[in-house]
Amino acid sequence: MKPLPISESDLHAYVDNVLPEARRAEVEEYLASHPDEAERLQAYQAQNLALKDLFNPLLDEPIPEKMLALATQPASVAVDTKKRSFFSRWSLERIAAGLLIAVVSGISGWLAHGQYQTQIRSAQVVPLFRQAAVAHVVFSPDVRRPVEVRAEQEDQLVTWLSKRLGTPVRPPKLGALGYELIGGRLLPGSSGPVAQFMYHDASGQRLTLYVSTENTANQDTGFRFAQEGPVNVFYWIDGKFGYALSAGIDKGELARVATAVYDQLEHK
Amino acid sequence: MDSRAILIELPRLRRYARAMLGDRVAADDLVQDTLERAWSRVGQWRVGSDLRAWLFSIMHNLWVDQIRRPNLPTYSMDEDDFDVPTRATQSDALEVRDIAYALSQVPDEQRAVLLLVALEEMGYAEIASTLGIPIGTVMSRLSRGRERLRVVMEGRPSGANLRVVR
Repeated sequence: MKPLPISESDLHAYVDNVLPEARRAEVEEYLASHPDEAERLQAYQAQNLALKDLFNPLLDEPIPEKMLALATQPASVAVDTKKRSFFSRWSLERIAAGLLIAVVSGISGWLAHGQYQTQIRSAQVVPLFRQAAVAHVVFSPDVRRPVEVRAEQEDQLVTWLSKRLGTPVRPPKLGALGYELIGGRLLPGSSGPVAQFMYHDASGQRLTLYVSTENTANQDTGFRFAQEGPVNVFYWIDGKFGYALSAGIDKGELARVATAVYDQLEHK
Repeated sequence: MDSRAILIELPRLRRYARAMLGDRVAADDLVQDTLERAWSRVGQWRVGSDLRAWLFSIMHNLWVDQIRRPNLPTYSMDEDDFDVPTRATQSDALEVRDIAYALSQVPDEQRAVLLLVALEEMGYAEIASTLGIPIGTVMSRLSRGRERLRVVMEGRPSGANLRVVR
């Protein structure tokens, strides 16, 4: 009987070693007379290996405590007896003892934070960096009215924004880095007011610092970087504050400014 | 459902999330969201069915809902993130970096299939049900994804390699 023609799916199944033996032999025969295809499949096999090499080490990484806590059953999930009987079918030997200890210690973390954070995270629709990047794009090109209150009235600006945000905020001084304050404005965030401070350097390059107080339940983060078209954004969360520094300048320069901003806010 | 059963799957969920998203922090966030959703929907899980496929399916849906929408490349700035996991030797490391770059050039939905095949070693039918797509779509995405990866890896002049030769 004439064998079925070799399909593209057959070739992939061959690469992944999931062909029945007989079909496998037919594919090998086909490849023997099609060196280009053989070469292509070899490349695919090499991809499988390279991907495993690259990502398998991640399997051995220690799992963060917070994640372990989330993996354990939250107190709010009621366990009925039918499911209980299923539990017992999982043998203890499959679990390293150390893992169990870590889980137990993580439960308190879950009880304290997990449930609350779920609500907050789902409420935060637009990520901080995007809000900041959009605000930057909207206001920074404005030649005549880039800000609501100009730097000449910095005291008023600080008083006003602090009052509206319900917490003291003030623009960091970036003169040492060549950026002078132009002023600031109040903006709507996801769930309330946020502040935007704008700076420029001698060449007119503008930079905005977006300050949100909507991150009450989130954990602090390190610097993160995002790119929205031509706008680079460094952002981080510090207590209830979310900060995002946006500019159309390169990442290294922006990182320098972000570090200075962070330092000043830390030590105010 | 059993916490311990989920714990067993955690390393694999993290590996896949990291391979999909490229970023450690975003990947762990996705895994955590997956865990939360899994517990909130624990009633939908049928005892005896494949827990791993169920969790991957939840993670995939979350990724489609949340992560893809902003569609912005974000990078955490932890120093650890500059480490690319490698095998022992330097020349290997260059190769490994190349595939990481090439992978980032594969469209999302093709990368998802590619990784479930290569890392998870899932069957094509299992992938179809996990991702909620027909098996024919799995095969075409796999085919296009692999070819894309091959083209990028072969076509890209490797600056890193040139430097080594000098």
